[in-house]
Amino acid sequence: MMGDRIERKEGAGGKAMRRLIESVFVERLARPVDGIGLAALDDGAALRVGDRHLVITTDSHVVKPIFFAGGDIGRLAVSGTVNDLAMMGCTEPLALTCAVIVEEGFPRADLDRILRSMREAADEAGVPIVTGDTKVMGRGELDGIALNTAGVGFAERPVGDGGLQPGDRILVTGPVGDHGFTILTARQGLSLDGDLRSDAAPLNHLVAAALAAGGTDVVAMKDPTRGGLASALHEMASRSRVGILLREPDVPVREPVRAAAELFGIDPLVAANEGKAVIAVRPGAVERVLAALRAHPLGREAAVVATCIAERPGDVILDTGFGKRLLAEIEGDPMPRIC
Amino acid sequence: MAELNPLRFRDPKRAEALAAAIGKVCAEIGRDPITLMHVCGSHEQAIARFGLRTALPKNLEVIMGPGCPVCITDLPEVDEGVALALQGVKVCTYGDMLRVPGTSMSLAGAQAQGADVQVVYGPAQAVEIARSTSKEVVFFATGFETTAVTTAAALLAGPPPNFSVLSAHKYIPPAMAAVLGMPGSRIEAFLAAGNAAAITGWAIFEPLAARHRVPIVVAGFEPLDILAAVLEALGQLRDGRAEVANLYPRCVTRDGNEPALRLLHEVFEVQGGWWRGIADIPDGNLRLRGPWKRYDARERFQIDMRSLWDHAPHALAAQCVCGDIMAGKRAPTDCGLYGKACTPETPVGACMVSGEGACRIWMQYGGRPDLAEVG
Repeated sequence: MMGDRIERKEGAGGKAMRRLIESVFVERLARPVDGIGLAALDDGAALRVGDRHLVITTDSHVVKPIFFAGGDIGRLAVSGTVNDLAMMGCTEPLALTCAVIVEEGFPRADLDRILRSMREAADEAGVPIVTGDTKVMGRGELDGIALNTAGVGFAERPVGDGGLQPGDRILVTGPVGDHGFTILTARQGLSLDGDLRSDAAPLNHLVAAALAAGGTDVVAMKDPTRGGLASALHEMASRSRVGILLREPDVPVREPVRAAAELFGIDPLVAANEGKAVIAVRPGAVERVLAALRAHPLGREAAVVATCIAERPGDVILDTGFGKRLLAEIEGDPMPRIC
Repeated sequence: MAELNPLRFRDPKRAEALAAAIGKVCAEIGRDPITLMHVCGSHEQAIARFGLRTALPKNLEVIMGPGCPVCITDLPEVDEGVALALQGVKVCTYGDMLRVPGTSMSLAGAQAQGADVQVVYGPAQAVEIARSTSKEVVFFATGFETTAVTTAAALLAGPPPNFSVLSAHKYIPPAMAAVLGMPGSRIEAFLAAGNAAAITGWAIFEPLAARHRVPIVVAGFEPLDILAAVLEALGQLRDGRAEVANLYPRCVTRDGNEPALRLLHEVFEVQGGWWRGIADIPDGNLRLRGPWKRYDARERFQIDMRSLWDHAPHALAAQCVCGDIMAGKRAPTDCGLYGKACTPETPVGACMVSGEGACRIWMQYGGRPDLAEVG
């Protein structure tokens, strides 16, 4: 049931956004490619070039506020693009681009601070920023600043979102919900006890460690950004036609996030992350991959949280520790403009 | 500072032990089904959120009764709000009320036609708005006795003369008696809402328990609160007792919050009236009394609803079974519209609009509670 105008929820990472992408973008733009193309709706594309795959991705960022605890729009943009490449199996990105659209009157010092932050995050990932584009819009024609970054690199073996089988285990690389609740509380002008910080970080080195440990037993990867862990698992379940049983008590959540979640009535499972990966592995490789993740500073709190089952293909079932229920896929994000 | 663990009522180990005890008592009772009713959207929230029904034995059903104040707000009451808004009065109300269907239109519909409708967090905010304008401001007040106290407090604080209240407040104890007395009622025991009982006290349920021979257990909202209350109700059923038990003593006393009750009774009186889809509930409505009638929107304005009744109701609305769901006769999944023509994005009935409605809550937590055997 679609109106004749685009609605905000259609950009929120949930079901509504998937409907928009499938009905408009895939319908109008997708063509068959040798590799993973637009129609696969993966984190990026992977095109066969000789015996390797060229991985490409692009990301736009409109977060509000622009600066927040743990990062800013620049760090977010670089991390988001590097992470999309990493989720496809490209952990040594060749280059990023940087396009900036800025509103007339935007403070020059803020722009400088954002670009320094981009440089810093790109250095952490070990990737150069090689080209860009600048546009200035009139006052009121844009809310401050919007960034777009694209990234390219090679993958020896592209990793998709599908390919899960019953018995496979799913890991997250650390506590969930940090970014989403940091932005939300900042926007509400709330200060909560405890250290609520965005987790925005490039994950390519962490993912490289997981791939080195798990090899071809790493069968799917996804970064749980908008829509959170819940959306990432829903996509995996529906692409691979397996059921996913998620054990809620096993999902790491920091105390300040838990408190904010209770306060806002928003489940940490649907809150955005900008420095976490969801990794599905064959059962035999679980311990190896978990150990490799925990040995890396960004994966110290990694945990096994879910198991793939043959029952209820396409569904995500939440074991709350008290009973079970289906985990509903969100329609639109309860937190707009989160990244 | 001492370590305070806010989640100690969420201990899965204790929950397991309670669930095992519940299973044992249900086996001892031996009937199928044994039916308990709760009367609170927040209880349904907790039950659905934690998947508690999958931990209960097959011969026990815990159903939701008329525990959603937005859902039981009757069509003519919604129509009054819509008509006032269309007449050019500013109508302030809770967010949940916006999309509740009236006969031909919701408040959101009136808003789309240019009427001045504003969502507020409570009566105090509506009073602030009234102070900042010369326009007439009506607070369309919904909710049970818990929320009615805040409306009473706003009136007692002396609002400006351009402020008035359209009360659709409801009083829950008579409704419990009404659903018990409905033909075909299967209710064997009640879980009473801990938040409402914090105001009214638990003793208020004693006549009902005695007259209808039903156990009434006041319950809190964490999973262990609910499981413990279910166990208490079942124990009474097994032993043939019908008492009021307070399993929420950290918030509820015998006589309740006396200052709050004084406010409530000073400003409101009970009146009979229809609860949407359920029945005419004697003493089920809270209306402004005596001198407070000067703030009663029904007294202040000529509310003309005839134009709203010229239109036929939405065709789908005729198939909505919200009334039966709130009376505990049917489950959301028994409705042909549920999850198909009626979703949180495009709700047909009030139970899908409100965050306290059974249909909305079930959708929020995955749709249907049939997962006991999975995984």
